[in-house]
Amino acid sequence: MFGFIIRRTLAVIPTLLGVTIVVFFMLAITPGDPAELLLGERATQESLDAMREYLGLKKPLYIQYGMFLKRVVQFDLGETIWSRQKVSIEIKERFPATIELALVAMVISSFFGVLFGIISATKQYSWFDYVSMVGSLIGVSMPVFWLGLIFMLLFSLTLGWFPMSGRIGIDTNLQVITNFYIIDAIITRNWPALMDCLRHIALPALALSTIPLAIVSRMTRSSMLEVLRQDYIKTAKAKGLGQMKIIFKHALRNGLIPVITVIGLQFGILLGGAILTETVFAWPGVGKWLYEGVVKRDYMVIQGGTLLVATSFVIVNLLVDILYAVINPRISVK
Amino acid sequence: MPRKVLVLIAIIFFVTAGMALAQTPKQGGTLVFGRGGDSVGLDPAYETDGNSFMVCDNVFEALVFYKDETTDIEPGLAHSWDISPDGKTYTFHLRKGVKFHDGTPFNADAVVFSIGRMMKERNVKFFGKGWDIPKQERPPEYWVSMEMDDTIGSIEAVDDYTVLFKLKRVEAPFLANMGMDFADIISPTAFVKNPKEFLRNPVGTGPFRFIKWVKDDNITLEKNKDYWNKGKGPYLDKLVFRAIPENSVRFLELKSGGIHICQFPNPADIPMAKKDASLKLVSQPGMNIGYLGFNHTKALWKNLALRKAIAAAINRKAIVDNIYQGMGEVAQNPIPPTMWGFNEDVAGYAYNPEQAKKYLAEAGYPEGKDLPEITLWSMPVPRPYNPEGLKVGVAMIGDLKKVGISSRIVSYDWGTYLKRQRQQPDDMDLFQLGWTGDNGDPDNFLAVLFDGLASESIRTQWHNEEYHKLMQQGRQTIDQGKRAEIYKQAQKVLFDDVGVIPIAHSTVTWPLHKSVMNFKLHPTASIRMLSVWLDR
Repeated sequence: MFGFIIRRTLAVIPTLLGVTIVVFFMLAITPGDPAELLLGERATQESLDAMREYLGLKKPLYIQYGMFLKRVVQFDLGETIWSRQKVSIEIKERFPATIELALVAMVISSFFGVLFGIISATKQYSWFDYVSMVGSLIGVSMPVFWLGLIFMLLFSLTLGWFPMSGRIGIDTNLQVITNFYIIDAIITRNWPALMDCLRHIALPALALSTIPLAIVSRMTRSSMLEVLRQDYIKTAKAKGLGQMKIIFKHALRNGLIPVITVIGLQFGILLGGAILTETVFAWPGVGKWLYEGVVKRDYMVIQGGTLLVATSFVIVNLLVDILYAVINPRISVK
Repeated sequence: MPRKVLVLIAIIFFVTAGMALAQTPKQGGTLVFGRGGDSVGLDPAYETDGNSFMVCDNVFEALVFYKDETTDIEPGLAHSWDISPDGKTYTFHLRKGVKFHDGTPFNADAVVFSIGRMMKERNVKFFGKGWDIPKQERPPEYWVSMEMDDTIGSIEAVDDYTVLFKLKRVEAPFLANMGMDFADIISPTAFVKNPKEFLRNPVGTGPFRFIKWVKDDNITLEKNKDYWNKGKGPYLDKLVFRAIPENSVRFLELKSGGIHICQFPNPADIPMAKKDASLKLVSQPGMNIGYLGFNHTKALWKNLALRKAIAAAINRKAIVDNIYQGMGEVAQNPIPPTMWGFNEDVAGYAYNPEQAKKYLAEAGYPEGKDLPEITLWSMPVPRPYNPEGLKVGVAMIGDLKKVGISSRIVSYDWGTYLKRQRQQPDDMDLFQLGWTGDNGDPDNFLAVLFDGLASESIRTQWHNEEYHKLMQQGRQTIDQGKRAEIYKQAQKVLFDDVGVIPIAHSTVTWPLHKSVMNFKLHPTASIRMLSVWLDR
């Protein structure tokens, strides 16, 4: 097992290298440069030249890439072009918000997705099955943007249950330690702040969870249906085991394996930052940061951001593989 | 009868007293300003975007201020100034007893430091011990684009409260430039302590002091209790700038009470704001211009009649009504009507397709025959002066079609658009572009945008000797009355020769909560919260 983890971790390096090369050279062939965008309408040839010189954009591409690699090896992601801040600090300021949101959304979608999937599978072709399957179809096709606005109109403006946007109230005092606000509130035993954070995260997490929830529930349903037809389930039934025991002790263990892959993949995607959800709910995460970096051609943000997204995706995948082995020891890790 | 009069007097007295009472600013409260994006940085010398400047506007101050709602100059951190007869030496007399938020006294040396750090060659002299000015982080953009290195020769502190600026040339807009954000005075001690972090820990003399910045979320400022001009404010205890990127969400936040002022709402939300009893609107004609330029470097566009044909063919009113959705006005001249020097007598191009056809024939292309297909460059991004460049482009090619001119839209991503436009390539015939004014000086529009003879980097390469001479004259004349006459004449020249087609000035309209008192929009787009208070 330990060897497996080491090998998988090392295999991550060429993946990341590949990702950065692709991103870097795709940027290079995309027209427009940060100097032009920084200076806008008022740019003159002289001011552009001075800015390009300063930003190091005049050096040939492979040298720029080499410099980037050299820095990365030294665990230095450089400094952003626009905000003139260390990329690592920019990430530290935003990534916790993204992880927090992704985690809460994944907890919601995994729990309800698996639950709905199981019920649908055991009660195939019942009204619940139809409702939940049509519901999940709607869930996957719903634009988050629109859904977010509807949630706001309903739960914030009309009912007043939840705040509309942001991560924490303007008047709420919270001593920030880890930048995971929920954790910070718990550490400092600041219960009013915890409540405020939970209320703020509710709507974006709910909106963000719809698509994964739909996917997870459909996956659970089909996987469970397959397992429930297996011989050993018949045997269990013949033995006279109760239905609960059959489902949760025998069927679920096997049925969950493909579901875990899906959950892992979805979580990995969410860690890249949910650009739309972050934009609608004014959630200060990495997704919007990276998107703006692309629009503004902030090469440092793009490089650092892609590296971050790729790394977290690969790590999540690794964790999923390990989890496989834990759930089903028959799956070999060799 | 006398009794009735007495009652009447009493009523008038109470009503006016009540009004006066209602208008007395109340202290305290937190105002949340909702905006579309976060600041990039908070060092006024290096910033280039509105979201950064609006925070700087409240933390820092400059030697001179723009008056409320106009760009006329009034004393700021300098209570007065003298200009030498030759127009080349400016002596600023500074206010005494002003302190930066970190306790550093504001004095002549602070001015020398703040402005001097932007100079390429630091030709400065401190009165006291002064400071070593750290190396520049990057080219100070506004300083460079306002050509300040060609203007300012040296800066000298004569005593603790007198600063001398010696200019290399006579430059009439100089004083107006000193009111711009880049010329804000910063605390030298705070800067020297950590030059790299100053943009995240700004220290100035303004009505509010910086407290904290949560990236992409909010910036919190707090009342500066020691502000020097207590007669004007500040009244608010706290001022929060919140970034809410999505326009409709920002407006919903305003409706729900989460924010007090909503910057740049969707035009469609304005009627809703009008209906809402808890909201009101502020409006201000923007100091900007969206225009349609010609590629004057191409032989085709040396043809005056053809330029006239285009000007008469385009229905600018329809564009303003439908695409600006009423949040703008058709431009009569390239400078906004609120600016001094605006020429009322220039008629502006009238929409007249029949006349356009006549011009077209006069140009040698009757009914558009033999005229090659024209490329119309349209902007891919919304700008303050043009909400939707592509839609404007579509409307224009429709108008041109009606008189027999066939044209098509060309667009690039914004960076490429700006870059290629400057090169005046052959595949560009007409282009949309625009400008938001910096300092309220007509020179900042008329010379910077249209005097192609002044420099190759002027985006409209329109070459007109008479216009060029007027622009030079305007810069070298100090008297504002005389300058106004010069610029009026220039607008006439520009109009007659159809150097450019001004399209529209956009109007800024923002909804805000009824409780927000005394909030005014400024033509320079700066956001000033000094005298704003909350009627709670």
